Amino acid sequence: MRVTLHIQKFNPETDSKPHEEPYRLDIGRGTTVLEALMRLKNETDGTLTFRYACRSAICGSCAMEINGTEKLACMTQIRPELERHGEVRVGPLKNLPVIKDLVVGMQPFWEKVRSIRPWLDPLPHEQVDPIAMRNAYKAFNNVEACIMCGACVAACTVYEVSKGFAGPAALAKAWRFAADPREAAVAERLEGLQGDGGIWDCTRCNYCVEVCPKDVKPMEAIILLRRASIQSGLTQTMGSRHITSFVDIIRHEGRLNEGLMPMKVIGFRIKDFLRILPLGIKMFLKGKVPFPFKLKPAIPGIKQVRAIFEARSQEKRKKG
Amino acid sequence: MKYALYTGCAAKGACPELYQSTMHVTKRLGIEVVEMLNASCCGAGVITEADPDLALAINARTFAQAEALGLNIMTICGTCQGVMGMANHRLKTEEGLLDRINLMLAPEGVKYNGRVEVKHLLWIIVGEIGVEALQRHVTRPLENLRIAPFYGCYILRPSKYLGFDDPENPVSLEKVISALSAHPVDYEGKTKCCGFPLVLEKELIAIGMVGANLKEAKDEGADALVTPCPLCHMNLDIYQERAGKKIGEKLALPIFHLPQLIGLAMGFTPKELGLPHHLVSTENVVEKIQLKV
Ligand code: SF4
Ligand code: SF4
Ligand code: FES
Repeated sequence: MRVTLHIQKFNPETDSKPHEEPYRLDIGRGTTVLEALMRLKNETDGTLTFRYACRSAICGSCAMEINGTEKLACMTQIRPELERHGEVRVGPLKNLPVIKDLVVGMQPFWEKVRSIRPWLDPLPHEQVDPIAMRNAYKAFNNVEACIMCGACVAACTVYEVSKGFAGPAALAKAWRFAADPREAAVAERLEGLQGDGGIWDCTRCNYCVEVCPKDVKPMEAIILLRRASIQSGLTQTMGSRHITSFVDIIRHEGRLNEGLMPMKVIGFRIKDFLRILPLGIKMFLKGKVPFPFKLKPAIPGIKQVRAIFEARSQEKRKKG
Repeated sequence: MKYALYTGCAAKGACPELYQSTMHVTKRLGIEVVEMLNASCCGAGVITEADPDLALAINARTFAQAEALGLNIMTICGTCQGVMGMANHRLKTEEGLLDRINLMLAPEGVKYNGRVEVKHLLWIIVGEIGVEALQRHVTRPLENLRIAPFYGCYILRPSKYLGFDDPENPVSLEKVISALSAHPVDYEGKTKCCGFPLVLEKELIAIGMVGANLKEAKDEGADALVTPCPLCHMNLDIYQERAGKKIGEKLALPIFHLPQLIGLAMGFTPKELGLPHHLVSTENVVEKIQLKV
């Protein structure tokens, strides 16, 4: 069938900004976006520029934006795209500098990956727990499947507005090394991820999970890093206080107390308290701040909720 | 049509207007609701961060309550929908999980059998009531309004646990907006994150997201936004002024909860829909559809 691909073109030497061009071609049932691009380059427009190597979802070099979503061009067939969106628009990955047409500079991506030290700092052999070693793959939570395609970083809603963020791919990699039973510097690794740009900058938007072509689930890895941080005693960041305060309030009241929550998260940080105070006053005047210290704040069935929390702690204690 | 209404925390706390407008609109639509007064918080994805099994257990307790009533659950919060939908999906499909979680509920004599469905009001309106039927309840068409949908994360992603809208190309909010005779505005930010989970600890990032999304909507000519998630509502409404300052734009975009927008088209007054609770004034929109606050 004959289709039109709308492809974003940009040549930094001649264009001031990117523009879209329509390309018409005949495709078969299973033609992928990458196959179409290769044919167009050979037959229609030799200047059309894109990256690829393996053509089978292994090398990670052909990630691009297809109908607004980050995908591997070699893994994406044109017909289902047409059925789903009524058109096929192809552009470069977002959040990374465009070099030409569909090719982006991956330098910022590699810098982030490098910043988490993607190598093992090994324990002496005799200190490695053999049982943990047997379960290592499970502990990695599929992070080792990452092909470094950059799709998640292009889709990341935090990286979009805050380029200091390490981003989903690098943090997933950080989990892979923190979870490795042979790693000696787990504590240092976790500590290094607590500051600005680290694990507490993720907003849990699930985009990275949704777009990753290899089911790496970077956000889950970030959550695992957060949990490991709290368990290892790194409990004073506002991010970790957010989690522990939330759990505390639900245990006591069954429902979130939105008046109390900010105070618990912020604690005695005067500057932050003054930052939220004006909004708190405005909300209060609009009838939006529930009084934080009610006499009977809990839901009627709180006994049951507390029993569940208790049952869960006992279970955890048993497991040690 | 009868549902167990799971309000979530926000509708009972910082967003009383969501509760008010839900009650009016569901009644008008002929949805009978039994409010689950004894349900706990869903955990909002935060309890999962600390302990996934604990989050599953408190949600299983809620599901068991609806099961005892013989009803499915209606949520009115995108975040609740995402968290509870995922919990329910996992409890129903992962081998041995339900039994393991039920062990935690057993001391209190609670048991969940996996027979409840969890659906957002938006899905019930679009999927069950139907937009044609919704249209019949419109007495004050929102003809002059350009409304930007803001889905929020958890009602769309991860899609393998949700499965109502296509996360790449959602349409349900647009359908509702059109049924009310308003014009849906298309913009990139409609499926992005509002930044709420970060706002206490990383305000600059969070308001950066608010600013970027709202500016896009405004540039596309939106008069207002509508969202199925009260947490998005809070961030987009309460932090809008700060976000505007950060990006040097006067935004002044009213944010509506889904049932508020529907309620306006049904002829309810701004007061009945709790519009005076908003920080960003809704007056210009209300004037546009010719009615005084
Ligand atoms: S995590 Fe997934 S999306 Fe991100 S770089 Fe690795 S393979 Fe690509
Ligand atoms: S979940 Fe976190 S890391 Fe993943 S895309 Fe969203 S903000 Fe980025
Ligand atoms: S060409 Fe290697 S992943 Fe697509």
